[in-house]
Amino acid sequence: MSVKLTTRQVGDVTVVDVAGRITLGEGSSALRDAVRDMVSKNQKKILLNLGDVSYIDSSGIGELVSGFTTVTNGGGNLKLLNLNKRVKDLLQITKLYTVFEVHEDEAAAIRSFA
Amino acid sequence: MQENANRAPETVEVLLDSTLESVDSAEELAVGMAERAGVDEDDLMKIGMAVRESMVNAVVHGNRYSAHKKVRFSVAANGERFTVQIADAGEGFDFASIPDPLAPENLLRTSGRGIFLIRSFMDDFQMRHLESGGTEVTLVKNLVSK
Repeated sequence: MSVKLTTRQVGDVTVVDVAGRITLGEGSSALRDAVRDMVSKNQKKILLNLGDVSYIDSSGIGELVSGFTTVTNGGGNLKLLNLNKRVKDLLQITKLYTVFEVHEDEAAAIRSFA
Repeated sequence: MQENANRAPETVEVLLDSTLESVDSAEELAVGMAERAGVDEDDLMKIGMAVRESMVNAVVHGNRYSAHKKVRFSVAANGERFTVQIADAGEGFDFASIPDPLAPENLLRTSGRGIFLIRSFMDDFQMRHLESGGTEVTLVKNLVSK
């Protein structure tokens, strides 16, 4: 399975449930397209739920960074939710864990955008 | 990792097309061999990811997806070491030009983390220029008990 992205709206926050593999090719381009689509619709509060991400490579990490800078440069916020150990470890060794705002509880994450 | 010294040595060498499907195949092949060599789950993930990153470099940056260029992929498990060699037929590159992805000015770059991750996940990682012009990388994971 590659990646599956499901978008839902919670108040003014757009939550993207990401499942599967974010790797070079279909996975990373799907994430890139989704973020660009949200930015084009002027959605400025974006929460990426990575709880069901089974695998992410350096290309996928690059897409998370790209999404973060795209949304931030547009005056918005992109935050991460539910990192599994593998993704958390990768963000830590690449020193990106402190770049992103990471949450473990969805309700708290939604409130943090207020 | 235990009892690796009792396992039979296994070696595989294949020529792969310069496609993303080959990246998946190489990762699958290496992880399967590593599993048979007694590698634990955490190191299986590390080997798989290091192989994936190396194959992406060979296919995308080395051979630039050329239908006329192959990637030579070999894996050997001998009880003490799990060794992967990947050689492309590209034009090579200056190893000193690889930026440090942890430098503050590079943290928000969208690429350039592959080799850093490979070094992080393997016990040894070497790169060399081939006389034919391509690049060969050697990835080693020690199988002896830690």
